[in-house]
Amino acid sequence: MTKNLKYLVLSVILLALVVPPTVLAQEGGQPKSSSEFFDPEEFARQLALLDMEPEGPADQPWLQAIDPEWVDTTQYKKEAPWTICFSNAGNFNPWRVVGFTTMEAEVELHPEIANFVVTDAEGSDEKQIGDIADLLATGECDLLIVSPMTTAALTPAVEQACETIPTIVFDRGVNTDCPVTFISPIGGYAFGAAAARFIVDNLPEGGKVLALRISPGVDVLETRWAAAEQIFMEAGVNVIGVEFTGDDRATARSIVEDYLERYGEIDAVWMDAGATSLAVIEAFEDMGVEIPIITGEDQQDFLVKWQEEGLTAIAPTYPTFQWRTAILAAIKILSGEPVPKKWVLPQPTITNENLAEHVQPNMPPQHYALCGCEELPGFPERWGGKPAN
Amino acid sequence: MALSTRTTPFTRVLRKPLKMVAAIPAIYFILAALLIWISFENPNFPQPEVFLAFLRRATPLLILAAGQLFVIVTGGFDLSVGSLITLTVLGGALLTDGNADRTPLAIVTLYLIGLGVGIFNGLVVSYLRVSSFITTLGMLIALKGAALLWSGGAPAGYLPDNFRIFGRQNLEGVPYLGKVPYAVIILVVYSLVATYLLHGTNFGKKALAVGDNPRAAALSGIAIPRIRIAVFVLSSISAVTAGILLGGFAGVSMNVGDGYELEAIAAVVLGGAMLMGGKGSMPTAIAGALSLRALFTLLNLLGLPSPYRAAVQGLIIIGAAAYAAFRSQSES
Repeated sequence: MTKNLKYLVLSVILLALVVPPTVLAQEGGQPKSSSEFFDPEEFARQLALLDMEPEGPADQPWLQAIDPEWVDTTQYKKEAPWTICFSNAGNFNPWRVVGFTTMEAEVELHPEIANFVVTDAEGSDEKQIGDIADLLATGECDLLIVSPMTTAALTPAVEQACETIPTIVFDRGVNTDCPVTFISPIGGYAFGAAAARFIVDNLPEGGKVLALRISPGVDVLETRWAAAEQIFMEAGVNVIGVEFTGDDRATARSIVEDYLERYGEIDAVWMDAGATSLAVIEAFEDMGVEIPIITGEDQQDFLVKWQEEGLTAIAPTYPTFQWRTAILAAIKILSGEPVPKKWVLPQPTITNENLAEHVQPNMPPQHYALCGCEELPGFPERWGGKPAN
Repeated sequence: MALSTRTTPFTRVLRKPLKMVAAIPAIYFILAALLIWISFENPNFPQPEVFLAFLRRATPLLILAAGQLFVIVTGGFDLSVGSLITLTVLGGALLTDGNADRTPLAIVTLYLIGLGVGIFNGLVVSYLRVSSFITTLGMLIALKGAALLWSGGAPAGYLPDNFRIFGRQNLEGVPYLGKVPYAVIILVVYSLVATYLLHGTNFGKKALAVGDNPRAAALSGIAIPRIRIAVFVLSSISAVTAGILLGGFAGVSMNVGDGYELEAIAAVVLGGAMLMGGKGSMPTAIAGALSLRALFTLLNLLGLPSPYRAAVQGLIIIGAAAYAAFRSQSES
């Protein structure tokens, strides 16, 4: 009897563990403002860039630049053949895998690149700092390309590299302007805003919006949400929830099922990245509820579904073709040709009007349409695709 | 606990029913409380369709917990199941590549991979005498690497619809219930078989004996390596099954199995199993897994952001483990 009573008492204690969070929930239930990540000036600047006409060939967006400020590079001019070194943060998601494959294919187009030395930091700042030091220590690199893991941690390593060889940074930034050029698309505010504006424009009066994010605290993702939150707030949109999926499809789907059970219907789902968009759509389908306005990215699985179902959807992009640009910039610098100090690449948005151009059923589900890789050697097999019929 | 020894007329009357209630494992009360609470927050929850959808979402974890319990009662851990789930989903997509004809062969191949992983884990633990924690941690890393290598770092290929039936579709026209997810049917069969295996067969008794006191078990003539290999195989097979269901439920992704190993262990502990082995019950372990899932659902309904969920999950694992330790102390 004593023992069994303990059993009961402890089960009550165990349940009591669950109670305090319900108190917190009353405060935490409202979506919190991530104003600490919101920089109104940068927000306005990015939105202005979205509307600007980029310089350069329209059929080669990876060579285009928006509002460039050209810098002279004759001091870096060097006779080919060159050794180009690349410190990669890692290939830990399909976006990076597609980008890196594109980069390797671009290198093959240029016989003047005799060696392309790559280190993979496997998602670790420490390893990447070590990688950069190792690459510099070999003394073989004529130029260093860095795709940094996190901004603050990699800044000193990049500064050190700048002192010895011309350095290019792309994708995520660093807190120094010592690289010859920094290559990236317009940015997170523009990405989040494009999706949020589309929802605001198409949402029925008083419509319910669910926001799904990957994880908190990552600046490139925080800016996407900060922009969307700002736009939703200004438009007085009813945001019923902001949830983190951890980029996991089953989690995303479960969250949507939970919200559908709670609210019966959802009118729009805003997503900060597209990897789980298809799982979200399937949750609506399988529960027999109409698929809402949805945002995604340029992954093929989402685009194919969008076309099949005729969805009300939009896909801002963070193009993988920037991995090509890094190599092309390296060649320009070593040839002494000018490059933009801040090489801002266009950030196209896929809409119903141009959807058909981007659907490639022969490519794998997580292939990114804006790889700019269709003319590169080995396409489509190299990217996991089947020959187009 | 002076309370129980104080005998007033009131408690004398109540003693017998109280005793009967107290004999019911605590986890069922926790589960019932959670389900009732969820029903208050979401009045639709008790509807068959909504509840069955909840069960379907919980099924992969329940099946995984059932497999994990076999390993835990022998005094081991299986940390490799999360990676095996990922390998199953990615492998399923690569093997079928969207072709419905290839589904049967792909499923057989995936189960053979699971069988191989289980046998390997069991052999290393039994004959190389590496602790199961280290063995399966190594396997976790190796399988994740294998999945990455095989797929080239990004998911390739689609799972055909007939592969996804198990995790996604329903059996229509069931009396009283309407449609029943195939996953739930698989869950019911799986639970019954697992309960029978652990509590109704000689094998189950031997597994418990190995965990309780390996020396005594060996002396009484139990072939310990055979038992160990068998429990790891059961765990791996459960992981492959969970992977097939998850792939069906949500499609292909790189991180589908992440964290499942810890959730399965947490569920089993919540279900009252001893982490040192020798003690565990299949029905309570399954109830533990369902409680964990119900708790996540509840926290979501209460509007808690996911970091709170992670914190609460951690507290519960610690609470359940402390409780188990407390209980084992009070018994000896």
